[in-house]
Amino acid sequence: MAGIVGYGVQVPLRRITVEEIARVWKKDGKKISAGIGVKEKAVAAFDEDACTLSVEAARKALETAKIPGQKLGAIFVGSESHPYAVKPTAAIVGDAIQASPELMAADLQFACKAGTAGVQICLGLVKSGMIEYGLAIGTDTAQGRPNDALEFTAGSGAGALIIGGKENEVIAEIQDTYSFTTDTPDFWRRQHAEFPQHAGRFTGEPAYFKHITGAVKGLLAKIKMSPNDFDYAVFHQPNGKFPKQIAKSFGIEEKKIIQGLITPMIGNTYSGSSMIGLCSVLDIAKPGEKILVASYGSGAGSDAFSITVTKNIENKRAKVPVLEMIKEKEYADYAEYAKHRKKIKGL
Amino acid sequence: MVHNSLPLQWRKYPERYYLRGNYCENCKTSFFPQRQICPNCRRKGKLVEKETPYTGKIVSWTEVSVAPFGFENETPYFLAIIELENKVKILSQIVDSKKEKIKTGAKVKKLFRKISDIDPEGAIAYGYKFKVVD
Ligand SMILES: [Zn+2]
Repeated sequence: MAGIVGYGVQVPLRRITVEEIARVWKKDGKKISAGIGVKEKAVAAFDEDACTLSVEAARKALETAKIPGQKLGAIFVGSESHPYAVKPTAAIVGDAIQASPELMAADLQFACKAGTAGVQICLGLVKSGMIEYGLAIGTDTAQGRPNDALEFTAGSGAGALIIGGKENEVIAEIQDTYSFTTDTPDFWRRQHAEFPQHAGRFTGEPAYFKHITGAVKGLLAKIKMSPNDFDYAVFHQPNGKFPKQIAKSFGIEEKKIIQGLITPMIGNTYSGSSMIGLCSVLDIAKPGEKILVASYGSGAGSDAFSITVTKNIENKRAKVPVLEMIKEKEYADYAEYAKHRKKIKGL
Repeated sequence: MVHNSLPLQWRKYPERYYLRGNYCENCKTSFFPQRQICPNCRRKGKLVEKETPYTGKIVSWTEVSVAPFGFENETPYFLAIIELENKVKILSQIVDSKKEKIKTGAKVKKLFRKISDIDPEGAIAYGYKFKVVD
C-alpha cells in the first residue's frame, strides 16, 4: 500500500477581482467573470514567491502527517515560476522545513502538472522501498501579460502532499496512476521571457480536453473502473468552466467536482491547481470514498490518479480546511496588484 | 547588499529559516540569536542548540515610514518586538495583518518570506516575518 500520508495548502492573503482587472482595460468585467467562471484570484505579495508558498504548504503537510521534516527521503517541487532559473527551490524548501541532508531533491517543470509529476515520482520511490516518505509540491505565482486573457486567471498558491507506504499512516491510498503526453504547442514561456505565450486555437479541445480524456480513459481501462465509481473528481482548473465541461463529458455529476473546484475563488494556481483541489476534497472525504484526479500541463500532458480514502483520515485532517483558509483575504486594487507583482517598471 | 555578505547570510540560514537559537541546560534559559556563553551561568552554563517556538505575542511595535536602503518600496510597514512562548524576544517585520490588529499583546505566528530581493541577478535572502493571528 502507498498513498498520501499528509497534505497542506498555502494561498496568499491578497485577492484581485476579475471586474477590477477588467475596469483597467475597459472591458465588461461581469461578462468576463461569468464567461470564465472566476470571480477573483489570489495575488502573491512582493515578499512571496513559489518557494515561500511551498515552505508554508510543506509545513502544514508535515503537521497533518505528524512526521518531522528529517524523515523525508525526497522533495520534488513542481512550478513554472521557480524563483531561480538555476538553483533548486527544493533545496531551500528542504532546509526551511529541516529535512535531513540525506535527501533526494529536484525541481520539476511541466506547466500546470509539475506537482502531480512529483507525486508520481514519490509514489514510485516509496513503492520500491528507496524512501520512506516523499514530499511533492505544486506551487506557482503565475504571471499573465497585462491585458492578456490569462491575466484574469493567473493566480498564486501551493499544494503539498506527503507520500508514504505504512498502512496505519496512509490517509488516501493511490491505487494507480496513468499519464498521457504529446508534443502540443498550446502554451509556453521561453527562457528570459517574463510572460507566457499561448496559441488560442490549441487551447481547449486539442490540449486540455484531449489529454485529460486520454489519461482518465487509460487509467479507467487499466483499473477496470468507470467514472461513476468515484465519489469525487478533481480536474485541472485553468478557469471555472473547463472542469465542469470535462466532468460532463465523462458523465460525472457536477456535485462531485464542486468541493475540489477552487479556481473560481483564487484563480488558476497552475502547478498548485489540481493539488489544492485534491486537498480540499481530503478535508471532507469519508473513509472508503473514491477520488478521481486528473491534472493537465500545457505542452502537453495529463496525470490521472485513482485514490481511495482510508479510516486514518479521521485524525489527520488539516487544522484549517482549504475552503475556510481562503475566506481570510484582503482585496487589492489594480495599482496595488501591479506593485506587489512587480509589474511597475523600476521595481 | 545580499551578494556582498553571502557567507554571513548562509551561516544565518538556521536562525532565519527555522528560528534556531540555543538553550542553557543549567539555568533553563532560551536564547535567540544563539549565545556563545550563557550570560547567567558563564563557565557553568551548558548551551545546546534548540529551535524557538513559532508563536508568541507583540510586546511593542512601530510603523516605519522612512525605511533604510533596500526597503524604501515597502513603507509604511510594521516592526515589532515579539515575545515568543519560551520568553525569548525577537525583532521582526509584521506582514499580512490589518493595522487595527497590530497591538501590544496580539498573538503572532512566524512566516517564511523573502527578506531582501533587490538585485535581479543576485541571491534571494529568505527569512522570518510574523503575522497577527486571531
Ligand atoms: Zn545558564
